[in-house]
Amino acid sequence: MEPRTLFDKIWDAHMVKSVEGGPDVLYIDRHYIHEVTSPQAFNGLKQRCIGVFRPERTVATADHNIPTADQHLPIRDAVSRAQVEALEENCKAFGIEHFGIGHPNNGIVHVTGPELGYTLPGMTIVCGDSHTSTHGAFGTIAFGIGTSEVEMVLATQCLLQTRPARMRITVNGSLRRGVTSKDLILYIISSLSTGGATGCFVEYAGEAISQMSMESRMTVCNMSIEMGARGGLIAPDEVTFGYLSEIPAFSSNPDAIRLLEKWFSLRSDPGVVFDSELAFDASAVPPMITWGTNPGMGMAVNGTIPTEEGTDTESSSSYRKSLEYMGFKSGMKLLGHPVDYVFLGSCTNGRIEDLRAFAQMVEGRKKAPGVTVLIVPGSQQVARQAEKEGLSEIFRRAGFEMRQPGCSSCLAMNDDKIPPGKYAVSTSNRNFEGRQGPGARTILAGPLTAAAAALTGVITDPRKLLRNSD
Amino acid sequence: MKRTKFTILKSTCVPLPLANIDTDQIIPARFLSSTSREGFGKNLFRDWRYDKHGNKNEDFVLNRSEYTGSILVTGSNFGCGSSREHAVWAIADHGFRAVVSDSFADIFAGNALNNGLLPVVIPSDTLEKLTTMIILKPETVVTIDLGRQLLSVEAQGISVPFPVNPFRKECLLRGYDNIDYLLGMKDEIIAFEKRYSP
Ligand code: SF4
Repeated sequence: MEPRTLFDKIWDAHMVKSVEGGPDVLYIDRHYIHEVTSPQAFNGLKQRCIGVFRPERTVATADHNIPTADQHLPIRDAVSRAQVEALEENCKAFGIEHFGIGHPNNGIVHVTGPELGYTLPGMTIVCGDSHTSTHGAFGTIAFGIGTSEVEMVLATQCLLQTRPARMRITVNGSLRRGVTSKDLILYIISSLSTGGATGCFVEYAGEAISQMSMESRMTVCNMSIEMGARGGLIAPDEVTFGYLSEIPAFSSNPDAIRLLEKWFSLRSDPGVVFDSELAFDASAVPPMITWGTNPGMGMAVNGTIPTEEGTDTESSSSYRKSLEYMGFKSGMKLLGHPVDYVFLGSCTNGRIEDLRAFAQMVEGRKKAPGVTVLIVPGSQQVARQAEKEGLSEIFRRAGFEMRQPGCSSCLAMNDDKIPPGKYAVSTSNRNFEGRQGPGARTILAGPLTAAAAALTGVITDPRKLLRNSD
Repeated sequence: MKRTKFTILKSTCVPLPLANIDTDQIIPARFLSSTSREGFGKNLFRDWRYDKHGNKNEDFVLNRSEYTGSILVTGSNFGCGSSREHAVWAIADHGFRAVVSDSFADIFAGNALNNGLLPVVIPSDTLEKLTTMIILKPETVVTIDLGRQLLSVEAQGISVPFPVNPFRKECLLRGYDNIDYLLGMKDEIIAFEKRYSP
């Protein structure tokens, strides 16, 4: 048999049919839904007078627009309340498992799916959300879809999809002290640009990836979409199996051993040819920040904003528009630049490991005056764990606001908006104009750089604040 | 369900030559709290179209009376970012039927096709020429012929082919709906489930 990539092995195993001259019909193992991109899909089913074909394969959570304070009270904003209620009603009507606001399993869809054991190696996973790529960390084909496709999956458990090109990104060596997987992915995106992997599905490999925890791998896969890739995936290994064995829903599964054995073969065959191959040296990656209005506009925290040279007309008008929006100048250094807000959270960096890293740096230290620091755990489970480990207490003592789980300032559909013109160092994934609120200026960073900004009130190289034991 | 057919579109164009326009610009998140597909057009490019007090930003292309029509001509990697189909609904609701660029973000292109909005990919140099032409001569009429897969500007002698997946093309030309197609395959899907072991 021809050698195949991991991606192709999973794809082939889920191909119901190949449409002549067209897309493949792909069977979907797991479908996650949330309140914002599902209501119109359910309305579609109602118009067609059909039900959900395989309700047990869909799981729902409310996350995008829910408040992160006083979750026990009714949602004040009438329109988001209507969306959250519509999700609950639709799930009830169509027999779908639903973790609503306040439920012990509630949280950001890409944080809860993996931690509850719904995401398993070898699966095809979709959700009406572009960061579905997160689940690729488990060796799955996971990608974001639009609402018409959500309806398609609800109606038939299948999708019409054209097979993307395969790209492999190998990261050799090890990340240095004070550098996180978020820095690595920002570094990769800045080198590829925001559209550099369009049309591709990326497999991440190499020493630095194998050394990563599942949380760190999820951060990497999460941001694959920010370079245009359909998704990213990593072959499952001991780290994956170790993570899964800690999950009660998985370890109590009588089939667990058989599955583990099967998953061992989930890897790209030696000698298989990818459509494109890239390699990076992990030891060259510095702590990163973004200076512009897309995630590809990144630089070393202690670097300078690149100049316009070498950009074409179209990109140069985008370049100038970005700098103007951010209030920055070409060639400028950002170290020492004042910061108004710091946001730790989102499906990129709202996991327990991120809260731990942040806490380790801030423990016993105080927030800088004038900075508002929002800590938003990715899920109820993360919130409970943070409380248990004393992290929440560290945050409160430092003067931070400890919130309840949700997407929060990542897309600012709720009240957690950054005011116009203000600078936010954010551990989320998008620095688009207005993403964190109209006029908000977002600087993306990893949890350590965010912690350093919270303590100093300015852009700071986190390596300066590492403790000897870190 | 029946969809509107897409065959030949002849129209003037609206130029928006910026690279990497993301779906947060097309329709900001704070306007996503509706549970229907209608009415998003009024907030299309909201934060570029209006200032923070809600006044029209007269310089923005959608507010300029000389640029009208149902074809949006834009820059590379259009529609990157969020998977929100609301972006496509907003563009279509505003009255656009096709978007022309030299590249589109994958999810956006898929969403567009599922809603009868045609993403037309043409070579970068033609795009640049076309954009300049429209900016200078807003009355330029562009023809997009899906059947022949040709974008042309007769007055200028421009005619370029564009790619479309044959299956998608057939669906658009006939106004077929993808979900109906899959619903018609139920038996095959059930047979697949029987032989499939996770
Ligand atoms: S945290 Fe942000 S990126 Fe992640 S699912 Fe929520 S809104 Fe999307």
